[in-house]
Amino acid sequence: MSWTPAEPMVSIKNVHKSFGDLHVLKGISLDVMKGDVICIIGPSGSGKSTLIRCVNALNDIQKGSIKVEGIEVNDPKLDKLQLRRKVGMVFQQYNLFPHRTALQNVMMAPVRVLKQDKSIAEETARALIKKVRLEGKEDAYPGELSGGQQQRVAIARSLAMQPDVILFDEVTAALDPETVGEVLETIKDLAEDGMTCILVTHEMGFAREVADHIYFTDRGIIVEHGPPETFFQNAKDSRTKEFLSQIL
Amino acid sequence: MSYKTDLPVMLQANPHAPEPFLGLKLWHILPIGLIAIFGPGLAFAQSTNEAQSPLSVLLDWAPLLLKGFAFNLIISFCAMALGTIIGGILGLGQISLLAVTRHSSWFVTQFFRNAPWLVLLFFAMFLLPFEMNVFGFKVPFPDWLKAILGLSLPVMANVSEIVRGAVRSLPSGQWEAAESLAYTRLQTLWLIILPQCIKRMLPPWMNLYSILTMATVLASIVGVNEVMTLTGQALASEGGRPELLAPFYGFILLLFFIYCYPIARFTVWLEKKYAFIT
Amino acid sequence: MEYIFDWFRVLYQETGINLPFLYDEYDRNRMVEGFFTTIWLSLVCLFFSAIIGIIGAWLQGSSFKWTRRIVNGYIQIFRNTPPLVQLYFFYFAIGTLLPRVDNDWGGQSPILGSFAWAAISLSFFAGAFNVEIFRSGIEAVPKSTVEAAEALGFSKLQIYRDITLPLAFRVVLPALNNNLVNLVKTTTLAYAIAVPEMLYEANQIWSDNVNVTEMMVFLLFAYFLLVGILVGAMNRWERAMKIPGYGG
Repeated sequence: MSWTPAEPMVSIKNVHKSFGDLHVLKGISLDVMKGDVICIIGPSGSGKSTLIRCVNALNDIQKGSIKVEGIEVNDPKLDKLQLRRKVGMVFQQYNLFPHRTALQNVMMAPVRVLKQDKSIAEETARALIKKVRLEGKEDAYPGELSGGQQQRVAIARSLAMQPDVILFDEVTAALDPETVGEVLETIKDLAEDGMTCILVTHEMGFAREVADHIYFTDRGIIVEHGPPETFFQNAKDSRTKEFLSQIL
Repeated sequence: MSYKTDLPVMLQANPHAPEPFLGLKLWHILPIGLIAIFGPGLAFAQSTNEAQSPLSVLLDWAPLLLKGFAFNLIISFCAMALGTIIGGILGLGQISLLAVTRHSSWFVTQFFRNAPWLVLLFFAMFLLPFEMNVFGFKVPFPDWLKAILGLSLPVMANVSEIVRGAVRSLPSGQWEAAESLAYTRLQTLWLIILPQCIKRMLPPWMNLYSILTMATVLASIVGVNEVMTLTGQALASEGGRPELLAPFYGFILLLFFIYCYPIARFTVWLEKKYAFIT
Repeated sequence: MEYIFDWFRVLYQETGINLPFLYDEYDRNRMVEGFFTTIWLSLVCLFFSAIIGIIGAWLQGSSFKWTRRIVNGYIQIFRNTPPLVQLYFFYFAIGTLLPRVDNDWGGQSPILGSFAWAAISLSFFAGAFNVEIFRSGIEAVPKSTVEAAEALGFSKLQIYRDITLPLAFRVVLPALNNNLVNLVKTTTLAYAIAVPEMLYEANQIWSDNVNVTEMMVFLLFAYFLLVGILVGAMNRWERAMKIPGYGG
């Protein structure tokens, strides 16, 4: 079954997920086309992070279907490595490898996983570090970088795998306020380059600026969604209104 | 013992609580140990009809061996008490403001910490006189007393390190706060620092005691009449029957295990308890 | 060299301080052999105790309850009984049960000599500590760091080799080194079953020359230096392995 760009790049259909007795996702469906930037917002514990972790097969799902470029994620025979080459992920806590320099962090996966030639991988990695505006920090260890710098290395690391879609899991939540801007700037650059992005975020202003579509989740379901203009100005559901009034 | 990691990205390396031994209560160990020891002995018993079975031989000797073990414990108490007192002073010497005191205490501590216990025991055995002249009286210096002195040397060095480590682990703010309240250094140490350190020192101190108890058998090598020496004598007087070796040595292992295992569990429990408080 | 040796002979004649292993070739060879036996025994035990530690840590993660219980039982027994009695148990109780083999001189000798039994016994003793050290190291690697590697498409083996082991090793290095130092000191127990290590050879020399005091003082300084050098080297190694940006 081959996938064409006319179909959704990521297609989530009626996904259910529980941790033991805790029912976290209760039938979520959404589609992401190539080049789309979508933001998932909602109160803590509403299942946002779980949803995008499922897209990357870090968590499994009990019911429903998640397709990435036609690959069914909810399949016991799934080749996780093949999936993860298409899907990049950036974490809240950056999760850089502390014993490797910034450059090595970016190079490592292409060399080890994609079996790229070292010199080519290094060239690409240097270009990516430049792209996230960290020129000169190639040989710094994660512990020597600020949170914002670490997160940008993490973005470069995930870009080095040349993914078709990148998942951002509350990537600014752990940052000092003054370094949030630089990370958002980097993501904005990506979005303008046409990268397909799925973001879980609390930055409403940012969501409004970059998102093509916004999804509001609460208690495991999508309550409301729409393009940013309509979503922020004419929210219909009372839960959405309440959430927005608290946050804005 | 717990060790800290310098990596904030890493979780605390846990002292890994020894899980309950086979998930059993303490009293379970006794019957299991007895079966383990006497099992092979019983198997031998069938082949040697005329000789007394290993089990009953061991039972005959058990009271004597238990007395020997009690002597081991006495040695351990005395060496621990002596080592703790001298080591405590040495440890305070290591945090002295006087550079001479600090450096010499450090050297003595390191010297005796680096030396193997057995070598220190030999040292005490051979270099101490067998009697001493005190005010014209001849005070005898028996082997067991020398063993206590010899074993208290490494205890002393380790206690000294425990004290230094505990004092240094306190945040410097404690010293500064006390200084700003015009406490003298001695008052600060006695009233502020040491009371807080006791909790930190207790688990490693108990661990040290356990190590010391197990080291008391070394005294057998230099001829003190403790449990290992008595075991050797018992085996010899039974004519060196090879089938007796496993039950006898197994019995000694069991005695130490019954004594040291609860101490180890208690130490872990203390470590956990204080880890939550501090 | 000869000149220095002669100086100690003169020292003995003039002052009575007798250090025969410095001026007498026979005693010197004994002492040197003792020194290398200590080193060799330490290395052999280091090697096997590390293997026991790795296998034990792996078995402790087993899903079979009884596998874990047996490993825990092994740890508790070897940690809570005197190593000297363990050594006797191995050498006398188990050693006499093994069959004997014909030797070159037409007689019979045990399959394993005293050195082999000392190596076995001490390896099990040190190994019991290593199991817990290795296990706590592996547990100290955060799951999120492993997840980041998973998301980049690393295979299980690659994660273990490139992420978990290097990080765990740095965490446990101080404890491992501590255990190694203890191991070197514990090799003196082999004296009790007549393994010709340093203490045993020193004993031989003082029996022949009646110079207990000199030999004892020499032994103390020899171990002080040996262990001191070891500790110093290990501290340097720990510092070299430290990841920049972390710790003091």
